[in-house]
Amino acid sequence: MNVKDIQRPAFDVERVRADFPLISGTELAYLDNSATTQKPKAVLDAEREYYENYNANPFRGLYDLSTEATDRYEHARETVARFIGAKDASSVIFTRNATESLNLVAYSFGELLKEGDELIVAVSEHHSNLLPWRAAAKRKGAVVRYLFCDATGAYSLDDLRSLINERTRLITIAQISNVFGRLNDIKAMAALAHEVGAVLVCDGAQSVPHLPVNVTDLDVDFLAFSGHKILASMGIGVLYGKRELLDKMPPFLSGGEMIETVSLDSVAFATVPHKFEAGTVNAGGAISLEAAIRYLEEIDREKAIAWEDHLTRLMFEGMKNVPHVNIVGAQDPDDHHGILTFTIDNVHPHDVSAIFADSDIAVRAGHHCAEPLHQHLGIPSTTRASLMFYNTEEEVKRFLECLAEIRPMMGYRD
Amino acid sequence: MAMKNRTFYNEILTEHNMNPYHKHPLVNPMKWMRGVNPSCGDDIVLQLNVEDGVITDGAFVGNGCAISQASADMMLDLVIGRTREEAIELKDLFLKMIREEITEEELERLEEASSLKDISHMPSRVKCAVLGWHTLEEILKEDSNGGETTTESDGDNTAY
Repeated sequence: MNVKDIQRPAFDVERVRADFPLISGTELAYLDNSATTQKPKAVLDAEREYYENYNANPFRGLYDLSTEATDRYEHARETVARFIGAKDASSVIFTRNATESLNLVAYSFGELLKEGDELIVAVSEHHSNLLPWRAAAKRKGAVVRYLFCDATGAYSLDDLRSLINERTRLITIAQISNVFGRLNDIKAMAALAHEVGAVLVCDGAQSVPHLPVNVTDLDVDFLAFSGHKILASMGIGVLYGKRELLDKMPPFLSGGEMIETVSLDSVAFATVPHKFEAGTVNAGGAISLEAAIRYLEEIDREKAIAWEDHLTRLMFEGMKNVPHVNIVGAQDPDDHHGILTFTIDNVHPHDVSAIFADSDIAVRAGHHCAEPLHQHLGIPSTTRASLMFYNTEEEVKRFLECLAEIRPMMGYRD
Repeated sequence: MAMKNRTFYNEILTEHNMNPYHKHPLVNPMKWMRGVNPSCGDDIVLQLNVEDGVITDGAFVGNGCAISQASADMMLDLVIGRTREEAIELKDLFLKMIREEITEEELERLEEASSLKDISHMPSRVKCAVLGWHTLEEILKEDSNGGETTTESDGDNTAY
């Protein structure tokens, strides 16, 4: 496909961009959205408005202000539940981020594991969905088995089937890998897990911000994601879990707010979700996540996603025209979902990102917290550009111009 | 104002990166040490022959970013043929340059390595420039040979 043949979908990116104070009217091309997104004014205002008008410790006080704070916090939970298609808001647990959500499952569900149980972990997982499971397996004498992808980032359901047996208790995989940007068939994987009574843990950190994700349709048992990658504040995350599983799981952290009664020799825990939300909650963060969801709904999410896909195609096709640039993963732009990870022959990714930084273009270099994946692919490290709907065609053009300059700048003549 | 990389990646640096004169293995080196910069993933093995307190030959192998590779190459240009004490003094001067405490006369003694002067404005890359020198300092310690040193404090190596 030729770059000029790419059709531009209807989306008023300049109008949307004006909602983001940090990037509107600046020279910065922010292309590190898989690391964290910028925040629209509506989100910042909502959090501020909460602290200016409703701040009290939720659940604690019997006075009106505390009751209102509780109501607002629980309303945010209902909004999140609706957003991800959860039937029951009590299935939504607020955490700090996807990492904490995944640790919560690994520690708490991990307590139910027995010696000889098997956990299947995808090789492309972020360290946050790899290390907690290895630690849980070590504690319980369980075994971690890895599911390997091919060079395009594709997983085969047949490979998964051959790993599953009657000892399998859990399969864990990201819906979209933070390196490949490729969408995995979570629904089919969940069905395979359920055939042997195992659970499917889905890391939605990269998918929830960029796709409609419905936990009921996918039939996942757990879904983790971070607020800050979907326009909300840092410090708020979500763990969705099926209620019957959460009920069986022991608490992760203990302390205030997660108990019914405590005496000197016994304790009765609160019910789900509060059993998993020990200590004072991040109410402002929950409000900001609710505001982010509302914002996405107001700008017409379908169009925003179509715009992200359009920019992905534009960037992908442009990159293919630059000699010595190698895109990691699928060779079809529609398999990238805003994430383009690449290498440049003979130029180290840290030099690549430093040269981009000089042109006011923010990209990420390194192994993106997925070191085992890089070892599997035989690539020491990579550079990653990642898009959000507020990015522009002009930014993609600047990225491509800078990309073409890098090898010449490093002294290579071809 | 951030340092402009366009001017930073100058010809001296790119030439030492593309065609490093000292990047090859030594045959039976008397001393060697691995140096790792975990923040960039730079990984080199420095090899030296030291006879009667003089560095008679040196080389490195490994991989990493242009700054780490070029800096190690420029360093070997400077220290081969020098005594251990002179090499340590040059290492001190290099670190002084990074801290922006160096005088003009001192800077001249660093020859081409002085082209890395502006790295002090790029804090995330300082460790890349220092890796070779840090490894040199460790390898020149009286009884040290073999092993590994890093630009970070040593982490806990737990297997799971």
